[in-house]
Amino acid sequence: MAFSEILPTLPLNRWIERARGAREDEAMAVLKNGRARTMEDFAALLSPAAAPHLEELAAQSQKLTRHFFGNTIRLFAPLYLSNECVNVCKYCGFSRHNAIPRITLPAAKVEDETRLLAKQGFRSLLLVAGEHPKYVANGYVAECIRRCLPLTPQIALELGPLETADYAPLVAAGAEGLVVYQETYHVPTYHDLHTAGPKKHYGWRLDTAERGHAAGFRRLGIGALFGLHDWRLEAVSLAAHARHLLKHCWSSYLTVSLPRLRPAAGGFAVAPENVLEDRELVQLMSALRLLLPTAGIVLSTREPANLRDGLCTLGVTHMSAGSSTEPGGYSHFDESLWTPTRTQPGEQFHIADERPPQAVAAMLRQKGLDPVWKDHDRALSGTRQPPLFETITATSDESAAPSWIPQSR
Amino acid sequence: MSLSNQPLVLGGRTFASRLFVGTGKFSSPALMKETLAACRPALATVALKRADLSGAHDPFADILDFLEPDKYLVLPNTAGAMNADEAVRLARLGAAAGLPKWVKLEIHPDPNYLLPDPIETLRAAEILAREGFVVLPYINADPVLALRLQDVGCAAVMPLGAPIGSNRGLETRAQIAIIIEQARVPVVVDAGIGRPSHAAEAMEMGADAVLVNTAIAVSPDPVRAAKAFAFAVEASRAAYEIGLPNENNRASATSPLTAFLDT
Repeated sequence: MAFSEILPTLPLNRWIERARGAREDEAMAVLKNGRARTMEDFAALLSPAAAPHLEELAAQSQKLTRHFFGNTIRLFAPLYLSNECVNVCKYCGFSRHNAIPRITLPAAKVEDETRLLAKQGFRSLLLVAGEHPKYVANGYVAECIRRCLPLTPQIALELGPLETADYAPLVAAGAEGLVVYQETYHVPTYHDLHTAGPKKHYGWRLDTAERGHAAGFRRLGIGALFGLHDWRLEAVSLAAHARHLLKHCWSSYLTVSLPRLRPAAGGFAVAPENVLEDRELVQLMSALRLLLPTAGIVLSTREPANLRDGLCTLGVTHMSAGSSTEPGGYSHFDESLWTPTRTQPGEQFHIADERPPQAVAAMLRQKGLDPVWKDHDRALSGTRQPPLFETITATSDESAAPSWIPQSR
Repeated sequence: MSLSNQPLVLGGRTFASRLFVGTGKFSSPALMKETLAACRPALATVALKRADLSGAHDPFADILDFLEPDKYLVLPNTAGAMNADEAVRLARLGAAAGLPKWVKLEIHPDPNYLLPDPIETLRAAEILAREGFVVLPYINADPVLALRLQDVGCAAVMPLGAPIGSNRGLETRAQIAIIIEQARVPVVVDAGIGRPSHAAEAMEMGADAVLVNTAIAVSPDPVRAAKAFAFAVEASRAAYEIGLPNENNRASATSPLTAFLDT
């Protein structure tokens, strides 16, 4: 059963109550165990009562992370293909009505940008695009993957959600991972923030990772965008989603991201009650590690350098570095300094850690962590059979409506 | 001078050491190199997915440049492969890149516990053995699977003591004992060995070698930890060769108490 059907049946309110009001002895009992075995355990670690024990919580998170992942951090770069988007999302720089220069990079240009990133060391990319059925079409993305693959063997995608059958050719072209954030798990907030475009369909987005798994992606990334709603509700829902995927998509590697909203075009302001403070971010990340000791935790350049330097030793497994969030942005970077040579008006949001990749790698080494650039080989791409012998039928009829579109349309 | 006087013979080669070491999880490639040099393992396994196989010496995927094939055998492994086809392709690429035509076959479709897939492993082992690879498959401690793998031509079998990185020791001890009893190729206990005493336990049971990675790589002092494992392996192997004394629940006096009756 898909997570969109499971979520309404879960005792979310009970967990959220516990995340807000667990007693100190309840939180301490979990901490003493060293692992969060249940959602109740996890919720107790998120509570204000657990906050005074942050140091202990972080130490346990570090211990579990080093134990399973060793003294390593995997590095990757986002590569924005397009900022054209049909969705209206109140917080996003790419939102349809924002007056920013719009572009979809030609595949040859994507290859040029990949070459620049490969020179910086990257052997793992995340191709990102807005949702636009005309410009960001399937054939275009497959072409970009094929061109990038000889330069970087590991390619993940962050696109508007697709049907399983439409993901299959992207897996066949060599994409290895699929990333999709639910943004907010709170349904009324979701509907308030996503007012037009396919993204307004909550359940369709929520089940994207499962469709990706069925299509054969070997890595699935999920996340919530913190700042849109109460962070404890988001955290509990995200964790429940992760646990669902670990059972139902057991042969995909799961990564979780905890991005916090950054300033962007559109000027969306985070309500004070929805702010996830630095200390709370550490509490959340550590609690997540105690619940999911083997999941990847991704940290992007949204966070400032000083915070990233601290977080990378606590629970993080994957980091981006030297990022541009504008399609074509890397072509306007000084190659040796790896800093932008002009403003980036078409960016999705403005990053906070602007250090070049080599500076981030040097910081990791200084902390006793080996920066791993290559952790995947092209020989492993484009070959995986869809799991569970599921038959995927290609959409022969281009006009066939995806399942999320209401019949009355 | 080695305490053990029976060198390990595997895949037509003779090895002075019975310690195998993995190269993942180290805080730097330089420290990995130093550790391997210090403990003198028979061989060091390296994940092909982390290496540059093009021959271009990619400075961002240079793990092979830190290995010393004149000191120990470099054993490519197929970590990351989720099925037989991927493992076979990786193994062939490694051989084509000039690495030894040996392979530690690891196929784990479950990325969380990294437990090996028996069906895909048997399939890949058959293909690679037929192609002339020296195949060392990583398996759960399943005696029948171990026999089936020997039947298709594997040069050794590598049953796990406990999941990779768990440091929990020989949780599968009873099954490993059957595998050792029935084996006609070397048995290498792989995964789960967290302490020198775990390694010693496997060697005293008659395992031919052990593979250690996490317990060395994430140790606060990998160089000394690796040496500690090397000593444990050597001592326990020698004890096994000499013959371990029987365990006895009753007292057994060193001077017979009833000898006076015979005089």
